[in-house]
Amino acid sequence: MLIIKKLTKYFAKNTPHETLALDNFNLSIRKGDFITIIGSNGAGKSTLLNLISGTLQQDKGEIKLSGEVISNQAEYKRARWIGRVFQNPLLGTAPYMTVEENLSLSIKREKRGLRLGINKNLRNFFREKLSELGLGLEDNLSKKVGLLSGGQRQAMTMLMATMFKPKVLLLDEHTAALDPESNKKILKLTQDLVEERQGDLITLMVTHNMKQALDVGNRTVMMDRGHNIFDIQGEERKKITVEDLIRKFSLLGDRKDNYVEDRMVLV
Amino acid sequence: MSISLFLHALEQGLVFGIMVLGVFITYKILDFPDLTVDGSFPLGAAVVARVIFSGGDPLWGTFLAIIAGSLAGLITGLLHTKLKLSNLLSGILTMTLLYSVNLRIMGRPNIPLLGKMTLLREIKNYFPNLSIDYLIPFFFFFLVIIIKFIIDYFLSTEIGLALIATGDNEQMIRSLGVNTDFTKIIGLCISNALVGLSGALFAQYSGFADVNMGLGTVVSGLACVIIGISIIKIPTIFWRTIAVLIGSLIYRFLMIIALRYGYSLGFKPSDLKLISVLLVIIALTVPIIRRKLNFAERFNLGRKDLQNDNGKEV
Repeated sequence: MLIIKKLTKYFAKNTPHETLALDNFNLSIRKGDFITIIGSNGAGKSTLLNLISGTLQQDKGEIKLSGEVISNQAEYKRARWIGRVFQNPLLGTAPYMTVEENLSLSIKREKRGLRLGINKNLRNFFREKLSELGLGLEDNLSKKVGLLSGGQRQAMTMLMATMFKPKVLLLDEHTAALDPESNKKILKLTQDLVEERQGDLITLMVTHNMKQALDVGNRTVMMDRGHNIFDIQGEERKKITVEDLIRKFSLLGDRKDNYVEDRMVLV
Repeated sequence: MSISLFLHALEQGLVFGIMVLGVFITYKILDFPDLTVDGSFPLGAAVVARVIFSGGDPLWGTFLAIIAGSLAGLITGLLHTKLKLSNLLSGILTMTLLYSVNLRIMGRPNIPLLGKMTLLREIKNYFPNLSIDYLIPFFFFFLVIIIKFIIDYFLSTEIGLALIATGDNEQMIRSLGVNTDFTKIIGLCISNALVGLSGALFAQYSGFADVNMGLGTVVSGLACVIIGISIIKIPTIFWRTIAVLIGSLIYRFLMIIALRYGYSLGFKPSDLKLISVLLVIIALTVPIIRRKLNFAERFNLGRKDLQNDNGKEV
């Protein structure tokens, strides 16, 4: 269980530019849930993910994972349970390091010591995992990651975020910056990797694509101005259409930032 | 070039090579331009000179110099990570405070070690039959090679890889469970420990410690790293540490030639710093100028030449 209780986050607090990014946000997520999160710009989606991972510190509220409060722990401590994939494919891997070095960095997330980072067993394990991607990376273990394409790098990041069997997987628009072909591949890979864990994983995926939000996962949350305004799952979710979601968006009032973006509708 | 001049350059290239390996770790691996080096080099010299001058064991003194160097790195690391000062400012502050510390340690600006029992003399006593002219370069050579392999090994361990990643993609490695404050401090400690050792050996080799002997160490270290890496371009750690050592040798040869033959061109010893800065500028700009001139490459910038968007070498 991942329980988010009364989570509040301000940016530029106590200045004229103060903005409330998350306002007493609540969300309980069961093991095995795959939640897609939608919302307009500034709704607080990325802030939520950054608070869960510890990249940002909340002003109020708490986050509990399997009964343990994690919201006061440093980002690097939470990393042993949390896998992340960013929107920018360049952020998730170290370009001047090799494919195998990148993978080895992701496999052990605490108590790093003076043992060799890569050995024969690990190398075989990496090769096996990479061959499942079907990108031919298994023959390029000592290639610098900076030489790979954005799609390949994102696929590697997906692998690095799931290979160590995390409890939580955070995906922040991780297919948005890719070409349509890679986009499809990465989404398929995401579903496969989540499925592999057979309900043992909590997944949160931020997306701007309404169709994707309904096609993937088992639950959808819509956020607006730091609130959880709409949370559907099960039968109710099966009935809803992209058009219904867009209508929901337009009902949010006539703020100027509340337009329906083209890319939300485009499939 | 006479054989003694050659040996002289070789010895200096090796002794300073230890410092260059330290600069390589901060500048190239951690992406941290560390100015502490200008203070930790004379710190190592000051510590060992003080110990030897007061009749202590030179081996013990050299060991203390390594510890002192790593403490200097620790100060810079804490200023940068805990007090959030910029990397340049943290280095400048430590370097400046070390000037006073070095004077305190030595008690005066200069300690001569001629006629004292140094590490090099002790080694000479072990091998009474060998000429000191060849013994010293051999000793330095083996020491440098051992240090090189220790660094190579360290950088392939779990912590070492985390250290490399800290300089490569800090945000990523933090999200993979690495405390980057810790890896930065470790890197700075190791780097300045090497610089301290280099300073301690140089003091015993040249027979004195002087509070001003660190001036320009960073620049010469950078020059060596840049020269080495622009000559040997194989991007593995094994070859990169060799590259910077070769850079160190080339740099010292150039400096000694400039000293020996520069008189006829009107150079003075005091012009050496100017020459080394010019060397750094040339070594840094030649690749850029070459790229601008090379039209074929200019219109074919891509993955082939191992460059990313920042023009940094992969």
